[in-house]
Amino acid sequence: MKNEQTKALKIVPREKAFYFFTSMGNYTGESASSLKEFMEKISTVNVKSIEFHLYRGDFERWVAEVLEDRELAEKICKLRQLNYSGNTLRENLYNIVAKRFKELSGLS
Amino acid sequence: MKLKNNNFTLDSTDIKILELLREDARKTYTDIGKLLGIAHSTVYDRIKRMEHYGIIKKYTALVDLEKVGAKTVTAIMTIYTDPKESEKVAEKLCEFPQVLEVYTSLSEELQIIAKVMAESQENLHEFIATTVAPLPGVLRIRTSIVTKKFKETQPLIVNDPKKLTLVSNKQQNEVRKSEK
Repeated sequence: MKNEQTKALKIVPREKAFYFFTSMGNYTGESASSLKEFMEKISTVNVKSIEFHLYRGDFERWVAEVLEDRELAEKICKLRQLNYSGNTLRENLYNIVAKRFKELSGLS
Repeated sequence: MKLKNNNFTLDSTDIKILELLREDARKTYTDIGKLLGIAHSTVYDRIKRMEHYGIIKKYTALVDLEKVGAKTVTAIMTIYTDPKESEKVAEKLCEFPQVLEVYTSLSEELQIIAKVMAESQENLHEFIATTVAPLPGVLRIRTSIVTKKFKETQPLIVNDPKKLTLVSNKQQNEVRKSEK
């Protein structure tokens, strides 16, 4: 758990950060370099960006490959299969990520 | 050709030679000489001088990528930047082979406009997401994919040769050295 925590809560360099786009090539200017920042950005970024990345599998890929948190990646993958959109999607994604963040940072 | 203080001015014959070479760079000195009513040796001298001074940068082939079978996506990318970082962002963009042209533009915000090419929309997005967005100073990016090309050409050479005062390569190198 300790190792898992360290990996998932790390701050990654800017070239490995998550960059939020609303569509192909259209960058919002928002990025996240850690799980905490990712969680915060989910609640504020344009909802189109959440829809765009979720259904391309970008979130789960970044969480698995960069944050090395397979458990969270699987939960995001399951959310994708529910086909939510708009603020329902935002709220569900936020809840999943916030819960995981609390677990790893020992807040729950 | 007039030489003044190592600067020189193109005359109308030089401009006509340039226009003919731009139509077809494989025209011979004799062909050009016949078309302009001057000796091929004069054409040779003028072309060599224009090559020497860097007015003629190179001779190249225009390849029809569609006929070659290359599938490409062209896009115009507008990058909004922090004014302090815009030069560095523009210079960095020039290093990537996917980026064909780079310009800076002053509107309400400082922008960089770049023409980019990739094999597919997905490759284009991947390039922008992993290479351009992370550059320090990039605030946001708007990308428009080109769907149809109506015109693509080089600008006309200025008709008034007096306006075309050019500096020799040696002088350009000296200016570059003094800037560093």
